[in-house]
Amino acid sequence: MGGVVKATLENEAGPLLETHGLTKTFGSLTACNAVDLAIGRGEIHALLGENGAGKSTLVKMLFGALEPSGGTILWKGREVTITSPGEARRLGIGMVFQHFSLFDALTAAENIILSLDDSAPASAVASRARELSKTYGLPVDPNAHVGDLSVGERQRIEIIRCLLQNPELIILDEPTSVLTPQEADKLFETLARLKAEGRSVLYISHRLEEVKRICDRATVLRQGKVVAECDPRRETASSLARLMVGDEVQPVIRDKPVAQREALLEIRNLHRKPSHPFAVPLSDINLTVHAGEILGVAGVAGNGQGEFFEAVSGEALQDRPDVLRIRGKDAGRLDISGRRLIGAAFVPEERLGHAAAPLMTLSQNLLLSRYRTDARAFLSRLGIIRNRLVAQAAKRINSAMDVRKSGEDPEAASLSGGNLQKFVIGRELDRQPLVMVVNQPTWGVDAGAAARIRQALIDLAKTGSAVLVISQDLDELFEICDAIAVMHGGRLSVPIPIADATYEKIGLLMGGAEPGHSAAALAEAV
Amino acid sequence: MRIELVKRPQHSALFSALSPFIALVLTLIAGAVMFSMMGKNPVEALYYFFIDPLRETWSLHELAVKAAPLILIAVGLAICYLSNNWNIGAEGQFIIGAIAGSALPVMFPDFQSPIVLPLMLMMGIIGGAAYAAIPAWLKVRFNTNEILTSLMLVYVAQLFLDWMVRGPWRNPEGFNFPETRNFHSFAILPEIWPASGRAHWGFIFAILAALALWFVLSRTLKGFEVKVIGQSPRAGRFAGFSRSRMVIFAFLVSGGLAGLAGISEVSGAIGQLRTTISPGYGFAAIIVAFLGRLNPLGIIAAGLILALSYLGGEAAQISIGVTDKVARSFQGMLLFFVLACDTLIHYRIRITRPVRASAPEVQSHV
Amino acid sequence: MFESILITIATAATPLLIAAMGELVVERSGVLNLGVEGMMIMGAVTGFAVAAMTGSVWLGVFAAILVGAAFALLFGFLALTLVTNQVATGLALTLFGLGLSGMLGESFVGQPGVKLGAIDIPMLSDLPFVGRLIFGQDPLFYVSILLTIGVAYFLFSTRAGLMLRAVGDNHVSAHAQGINVIGIRYLAVIFGGACAGLAGAYLSIVYTPQWVENMTAGRGWIALALVVFASWRPWRIVAGAYLFGGVTIGQLHAQALGVGVPSQLLSSLPYLATIVVLVLISRNRRLTMMNTPASLGRSFVPDR
Repeated sequence: MGGVVKATLENEAGPLLETHGLTKTFGSLTACNAVDLAIGRGEIHALLGENGAGKSTLVKMLFGALEPSGGTILWKGREVTITSPGEARRLGIGMVFQHFSLFDALTAAENIILSLDDSAPASAVASRARELSKTYGLPVDPNAHVGDLSVGERQRIEIIRCLLQNPELIILDEPTSVLTPQEADKLFETLARLKAEGRSVLYISHRLEEVKRICDRATVLRQGKVVAECDPRRETASSLARLMVGDEVQPVIRDKPVAQREALLEIRNLHRKPSHPFAVPLSDINLTVHAGEILGVAGVAGNGQGEFFEAVSGEALQDRPDVLRIRGKDAGRLDISGRRLIGAAFVPEERLGHAAAPLMTLSQNLLLSRYRTDARAFLSRLGIIRNRLVAQAAKRINSAMDVRKSGEDPEAASLSGGNLQKFVIGRELDRQPLVMVVNQPTWGVDAGAAARIRQALIDLAKTGSAVLVISQDLDELFEICDAIAVMHGGRLSVPIPIADATYEKIGLLMGGAEPGHSAAALAEAV
Repeated sequence: MRIELVKRPQHSALFSALSPFIALVLTLIAGAVMFSMMGKNPVEALYYFFIDPLRETWSLHELAVKAAPLILIAVGLAICYLSNNWNIGAEGQFIIGAIAGSALPVMFPDFQSPIVLPLMLMMGIIGGAAYAAIPAWLKVRFNTNEILTSLMLVYVAQLFLDWMVRGPWRNPEGFNFPETRNFHSFAILPEIWPASGRAHWGFIFAILAALALWFVLSRTLKGFEVKVIGQSPRAGRFAGFSRSRMVIFAFLVSGGLAGLAGISEVSGAIGQLRTTISPGYGFAAIIVAFLGRLNPLGIIAAGLILALSYLGGEAAQISIGVTDKVARSFQGMLLFFVLACDTLIHYRIRITRPVRASAPEVQSHV
Repeated sequence: MFESILITIATAATPLLIAAMGELVVERSGVLNLGVEGMMIMGAVTGFAVAAMTGSVWLGVFAAILVGAAFALLFGFLALTLVTNQVATGLALTLFGLGLSGMLGESFVGQPGVKLGAIDIPMLSDLPFVGRLIFGQDPLFYVSILLTIGVAYFLFSTRAGLMLRAVGDNHVSAHAQGINVIGIRYLAVIFGGACAGLAGAYLSIVYTPQWVENMTAGRGWIALALVVFASWRPWRIVAGAYLFGGVTIGQLHAQALGVGVPSQLLSSLPYLATIVVLVLISRNRRLTMMNTPASLGRSFVPDR
């Protein structure tokens, strides 16, 4: 705890919000451990930490959604107990959630009314909401059903909802994780306006460049404890990263990209109709991944990545067999087991409930994706499971990927996100697949595990496999890919080789600039 | 004061085994209370209900007669419920199986040969399975809720039986009673130990079916498939399992077993078709399935317990004058307690007092 | 003659309407209570017994409502506080209700009951045709209409109804916003139980004033199907209930007329119609997805 606390506004009269020794335990897990925090007035204060550091838990306590197990909270110098979100709102604390807490079946106006405590008539609320949206540059249609809106639009409703209560402190939880770089810029403008009005912002993020750009002060959490308080503009991204993670995280080692080899995954004119009302249709997707290549698919969540993954994995079949070819064989009409048998492996975005069955053990989950491909090893002729062999294989994978777990063969749900992800990826790598398709490889995973996973993917490509990585994390894609394509509205852009790719170019495509831009137009955007 | 649930990191193996027993004890206590409120001596009543029927050999045979259909149906229901297919229409599948299996002896009473009985049993299985295929197909093809469709079909089956037995299949020499002719001896499912009691081979079928399905569920890929699809349908799809095929499989298996139970009951215990051939076996079997924790071995025990409650009801009626409908109430209460006790497997219960200022919570754990 | 057929259709439709309206509110809050049949039959036996023993129909009706609510409270304790599987718990409620009602009602079988008669407004009830149809029905018919209006208004025009719909749509978000999810669901479930109890009393006090074991004959299940058929909208439930009332009365009259079809086939028409209606509605997956309360039947444990 060092550094000089600089006054950011002339009329500062003590911090707006302070916590002393704030603690929260869930059974044997201590999510927040004696956290001391101080947010000044008119200040944009960052809360830094990697996934699992305790940021969300801390903030839920400030917002009244969780009860602290110990410690105190001071608001304008007075000790307070915040027992409900309503009370937090009354104090003047507003929150914009990372996973929006909006109701799809209700309209934007109804959503906003619900979050207000007083029983003001609906028309007054709607007109005030329209006022706010104009003032802060957040256009929203009050009568639209939220289920039909884009992610960016939903965030705007969240922010308006928050502002309607006239908060003095606004908490934003990872707001830019679902925005394009351009939309993020707009958000920063809104934040600057709020700060100019004398409001404070608690900005939760793990994106260091952003934090350096807009925040006045930062508190860094690691494993539930405060490890530093500083001025982010004085620090470098790597010094901040070191504070967040502790020891030096090994940078990922890449060789120079290899010359073109055989095409292992080819997709031509892939179309997919939406399978339910909220699904994104896929149109005219073309893609080739070569042996030894890592191809990235960037894009903001909700643009068809999940649908694309299901189409490639075989959970949704194509109309014609030649739309998708794996290792030169037509695979469009093969189901997922068929595609695995010809050498492909798949890792979906959702760990619990899709990649693994939460209530089943790790060895059972091993069988889940490999009972066909490894039938001769794991099953006897009558379909009887050879439990001992499966357990041995699981053990091997766990030690290869350094999976931390409680017990020899625990349920999947008892593992932390990072460890389960290591297992899920290890399960597929163990087969040495020639084609590997991964959706969000390190989402919600701590930095150590993330680095290990990314290195594993690079090593797999080095052995000659083709790797397709779908990710919302541009940093990750820039770190490991040979080329990046962008998915927007169910369409895929032409892949841009990594040497020519910039954040701005990719950001434009993520925001919907025409895919398949001519090379000249793209060069202009640089 | 607030009751809170704290999720356990892994489900408790201890409570998995204990919960049915705790539920039984709680039911006995509730039953004792119920008897007292009816003005009967609770200890005496419980004795006549649960102990007395076990004291005579012929009574043990009756236990097997009642337990056979319960176990057969419940084992099939376990496959359904484990794969998240809510077959509530087992009672209807039981009835249709009984009707299908009775076609031979009723319509061709002069065809008497050892082949009749195996044919009857097979037709019973096919009849039950075919009837169960209806809600299954509706679910797969039209996404229709199988709980409601399978249940509606129960009423239809009961009415169909009523019509058959009063109409086309009525015993021509039967003085207009609503029942079919009595089956000839080749069409009767024989007793296991004829000297000591009525228990028929249906009980052996039940045990065999339970053992076979236990093996499939716990040791084979098919069993794995059932459980994965039931617990995490999306993971099941990721594994390459077909949800539609599982729906059909589960319903056909449970329908077939219910149909077998139906024809076994009719040809083993009754000897003809009547307007009522089941005291609600298809529904009591639902309770048996849950009491047995959806495990075929547990279901054998649970089936015997529920059979005991049926006998107990009859016994208590004779000895202490309580209506035999008490059994149904017992069964319903039992299911409640089983479900409530199952919560302890996944959660710890915590009773907390409301928090004041920054004082730490006062807690007592269970 | 035609007019009296319409009145009997209303009498057949009313219990379905009341029970389904209660379950609509329950399901809109995200809870699936399959115990409607059990709560209805308990309402029927309670209503009949109390009315017969006290001589007062209204006491019987009131008692039936209380018993239905009490049963629902039992369901709520298991499904909401102990977070048991809602499907199994609802089934348990039905089996228990059927068993208990058979036991309690045994001494009342064959006894004549007290009937709740139709109302009689001096001038209006004597109007030709519409007189009896609109102004000459039994009081609970009017209750059912008021109930529909009340539920529709509550759900779509009040803040409390908005909160309930929000809970049914996304209970995690609702909780994060400080809405008392479990509390609202308890209230909804109790309301549903009260309606089911009332519907049951209607059967044993207005429809046929007698007690027969299992006299609900699956109406509770049909009410559940009605909620699905109506895509969780109140006025569509009215349409569905009257459609079913029509089928029920139609087949009764056909039986009386001695149509050449076996009576059992006619009796099974309401059940077959239910299946057909369910298939037709569920075929349209888009309709189902857009209208089903998203958290229907899902367990909820608030983190604190």
